[in-house]
Amino acid sequence: MKDEVTREERVTNLKGLGCSRKRVEDARFTQGKGNYVDDINLPGMLTGDFVRSPYAHARIKSINTDAAMALDGVIAVLTAKDLEPLGLHWMPTLAGDKQMVLADGKVLFQGQEVAFVVAKDRYIASDAVELVEVDYEELPVIVDPFKSMQSDVVLREDLDPKAPGAHGPRKHHNHIFTWEVGDEDGTNAVIDDADIVAEESMYYHRTHPCPLEPCGAVASMDKVNGKLTLWGTFQAPHVVRTVASLLSGIEEHNIRVVSPDIGGGFGNKVGVYPGYVCSIVASIVTGVPVKWVEDRMENLMSTAFARDYWMKGKISATKEGKITGLHCHVTADHGAFDACADPTKFPAGFMNICTGSYDIPIAYLGVDGVYTNKAPGGVSYRCSFRVTEAVYFIERMIEVLAIEMNMDAAELRRINFIKKEQFPYNSALGWEYDSGDYHTAWDKALKAVDYEGLRKEQAERVAAFKAGETRSIMGIGLSFFTEIVGAGPVKNCDILGMGMFDSCEIRIHPTGSAVARLGTISQGQGHATTFAQILASEIGISADSITIEEGDTDTAPYGLGTYGSRSTPVAGAAAAMVGRKIRAKAQMIAAYLLEVHDDDVEFDVDRFVVKGAPERFKTMSEIAYAAYNQAIPGLEPGLEAVSYYDPPNMTYPFGAYVCVMDIDVDTGVPTINRFCALDDCGTRINPMVIEGQVHGGLTEALAVALGQEIAYDDMGNCKTGTLMDFFLPTAWEVPNYETDFTVTPSPHHPIGAKGVGESPHVGGVPCFSNAVQEAFRPFGNRHTNMPHDHWRIWKTANDLGMHD
Amino acid sequence: MIPAAFEYHRPSDIAGALSVLAEHGDEARVLAGGHSLIPMMKLRMADVPHLIDLQDIADLKGITIDGDTVTLGAMTTQHELIADEALFAACPIIREAALQIADPQVRYMGTIGGNVANGDPGNDMPGLMQCLDARFTLVGADGTRSVAARDFYESAYMTERDDEEILTQITFSATGAGYAYEKQKRKIGDYATAACAALITKDGDKVATAAIAMTNLSDIPVLSEAAAAALVGTSCDADAVKAAVAAALEDIDPTEDNRGPVAFKMHVAGIIISRAITRAWSGA
Ligand SMILES: Cc1cc2nc3c(=O)[nH]c(=O)nc-3n(C[C@H](O)[C@H](O)[C@H](O)COP(=O)(O)OP(=O)(O)OC[C@H]3O[C@@H](n4cnc5c(N)ncnc54)[C@H](O)[C@@H]3O)c2cc1C
Repeated sequence: MKDEVTREERVTNLKGLGCSRKRVEDARFTQGKGNYVDDINLPGMLTGDFVRSPYAHARIKSINTDAAMALDGVIAVLTAKDLEPLGLHWMPTLAGDKQMVLADGKVLFQGQEVAFVVAKDRYIASDAVELVEVDYEELPVIVDPFKSMQSDVVLREDLDPKAPGAHGPRKHHNHIFTWEVGDEDGTNAVIDDADIVAEESMYYHRTHPCPLEPCGAVASMDKVNGKLTLWGTFQAPHVVRTVASLLSGIEEHNIRVVSPDIGGGFGNKVGVYPGYVCSIVASIVTGVPVKWVEDRMENLMSTAFARDYWMKGKISATKEGKITGLHCHVTADHGAFDACADPTKFPAGFMNICTGSYDIPIAYLGVDGVYTNKAPGGVSYRCSFRVTEAVYFIERMIEVLAIEMNMDAAELRRINFIKKEQFPYNSALGWEYDSGDYHTAWDKALKAVDYEGLRKEQAERVAAFKAGETRSIMGIGLSFFTEIVGAGPVKNCDILGMGMFDSCEIRIHPTGSAVARLGTISQGQGHATTFAQILASEIGISADSITIEEGDTDTAPYGLGTYGSRSTPVAGAAAAMVGRKIRAKAQMIAAYLLEVHDDDVEFDVDRFVVKGAPERFKTMSEIAYAAYNQAIPGLEPGLEAVSYYDPPNMTYPFGAYVCVMDIDVDTGVPTINRFCALDDCGTRINPMVIEGQVHGGLTEALAVALGQEIAYDDMGNCKTGTLMDFFLPTAWEVPNYETDFTVTPSPHHPIGAKGVGESPHVGGVPCFSNAVQEAFRPFGNRHTNMPHDHWRIWKTANDLGMHD
Repeated sequence: MIPAAFEYHRPSDIAGALSVLAEHGDEARVLAGGHSLIPMMKLRMADVPHLIDLQDIADLKGITIDGDTVTLGAMTTQHELIADEALFAACPIIREAALQIADPQVRYMGTIGGNVANGDPGNDMPGLMQCLDARFTLVGADGTRSVAARDFYESAYMTERDDEEILTQITFSATGAGYAYEKQKRKIGDYATAACAALITKDGDKVATAAIAMTNLSDIPVLSEAAAAALVGTSCDADAVKAAVAAALEDIDPTEDNRGPVAFKMHVAGIIISRAITRAWSGA
């Protein structure tokens, strides 16, 4: 048969790497045909709902469930007493601490789960919640981690104050851990002797990932076959299966965990919540399926928060602006239980990436984790583990140093960037940056915005303001970030002891289409689209003919899930590797069919051709068919493979961002006029998906920088429990983003890809914040804390005397 | 976020609605667009055993402009207020203000009657209605009465309306005055940090009449007669605006909330009032 399509057309038809293929998931999402946890309805299913604590710290004197139980349609009301015989009134956290499933004797934060009502429907359950009578005795509330470390009030009475915690010795009964990296004495010596030292304290406020869909689960215990099926909003379904098995004693093969469509995670759905445990117990007790889905207020007030880092920095430099040392101390408010979701050996995540994109010879990081009467969590909201905090810290320290030196902050960055030829680069705090070309990215971004022109315009605006001609000032926000993603090498990254590899399994069907399954789970990242593209390029089957499945532990190979931008660096690598296994077998089949030696055929887009005789070929469909239908000597029938990938290193995406903003000093209202984002995520699998991820990440960055926070009053009442007060930007608040890229492939990743979903958030937060703060630099501002909502911006102007 | 159980009534005329109200007293409440009441019920802050949906009552709908008199049926949605060209011609400030309420989804449902009857200091229409010197028609078992918007509000969520009365319509005079509704909010869908409605007419190059009213700066909407007095007869120059702002600020009493502390709100209120006056004057 004569080949009628050109090679170029064959490449196009493949829809492989580099193709802006439309997202295959969107057909169902945009038509309301997604299948989320709350869409799962099983015969006889009951609903659970929580009685939650109105107090941030109180002793529970009694719980009376009689009135609730008397309500028609109420099946059970579980309290800690009911869970205790099963050993499930407490559960381990991912951070080596333990957490109450239901309040055991006391409550430690407002919104804490006190009792679990199980009823015939959601309405009855909610009515019954109101009928549960809990007698509380209020205790002193601590919402400030510094006060907590001084206080006589013991928050965690369950812990022996003298005994070490999961991460070493504890200094105080409300202290969780100290984590230190780097050389403190050496760093102090350098800083003490330096020409220039800049110091700053900054608070990275508490916020929340706030996915569109809150958390939930449906548990179904089949007493006949002994199998437990658990659907839920899980970013790591396999880990949930293992944890559920360890906690419940049900053997792992008898547990099936399914993450159906997930409406956004951003780190919120990594941890294990009391609602999951209670629905499992309730299903075991009642013998019918039990659903629990939290509402928006419960999501904001009780499931994992992010940030809450009090950071204190010292940075030293020579007179020429070359940074010589960096010292960072963090007081980390972890709330009532240490439920951070970090790799075990990293209690402050990868905060030790805080030397940023700069060649800093010596550094020290110390982190103290502290208990307070706030909700537990400390997850990585759209970033790799604590990387947003790290990048915010260094990008503010650079700005403060620039102020101290009366220098342009763009130039200061340029002087200190790690140079292209220094990669792989070993940072002072222990990371090996795999690749980078920061100067090129920086120059390209600054050129795109006409940086010098912007500075001239800003100078004119300052003059006009000082002359009384305008009440509006202009800020130029800069940020350069290096992310550290793709956790991670099993030698140093694990969660609850499970190494952070990931996996892909593929089965090619006889007619040349395929199904591939991975250990990750998309929550909006578009895996079904992009993983098919990786496989398409590796195997030579069109992405349109490859179904991607994730999230069902009965079918998908074991993996550690999706967070920390790890899917492409780890599972994406597994996909490439599994594709190569398929290709190796396909090569043998092709050679047999073409009656030549294995080495005499070569891969060409979607086929194997005889070297030097491209008219003699076998397409991948032909090869697949033969794999099943022809007896090939020395080869097993079939065409499938599995690959488990343990990454040799993290990947280090980077980017250069510029934000141009006007600020009305009288009202505190900012207007974003431009935002230019240049990202380098290595090999670009699908430019359109990248663009979408960048827009989303920037929008969440805008949110965090300009207003999104979880705030408490002194009594530990959460003041931001609804979307009226918790800021979620809409199209109205979001500027038109301009995006650009450079490509510096990862040298150790099979296709050179680095992960991008979180980069824009990591780089975006300091960029928006720097724009606000930089606008006030000519008027004497050094540092002000986020979130820069109207009143705090106004306060900056007010404190600087700009209203006088 | 699950409301307690309630009985749902859907009368087709005002008499029917009144009789359910009479029967259940303060156990009953009328439902208009539901975009203030339903959230309160879901938060279980409002307990409404009997909910009387007004949407089938044709008499409560519609916009009529008769000569100089504008009449808005209570069940007219904010979207309808925005879309109506005749209303825009008769009283353009309504569209300007309504466009600053919430978002399109809320405005398709939320009604002018619900907005003014609700009594939430954050609602934008009450201040505007005071500025327009509108009158509210209340119908109850004892008949019909008319109350000036300027006399309607007592304290947060407390109004002149008796629990067993229904607000049926809103009337005011068409106006060609220069106008502005200035509102600062944190984001789309937020209530005002500070908002101000201004209507100014001109005689020669002097201010003939002025009305200045403010939203979310006290526990009720505030019409500042002193601010208006400071403008009338002036050429609305910088000094006059300053005097009007100072007078208006005397009349408000904002409270601290997540939008910011009192000092900030007072300052922003001053700016917003000043902008509203300046813009209204420029169109007078
Ligand atoms: C996200 C969001 C943002 C919002 N932002 C704003 C904003 O910026 N500015 C603003 O002004 N509003 C805002 N609102 C409120 C919105 O405009 C409401 O629609 C309005 O306040 C109430 O109108 P309704 O028709 O929905 O009334 P409902 O919610 O049905 O009723 C409100 C109250 O008024 C009573 N009531 C209603 N109609 C009558 C009547 N005819 N006679 C007697 N009593 C009656 C009801 O019994 C109830 O107590 C917002 C709402 C939401 C959900």
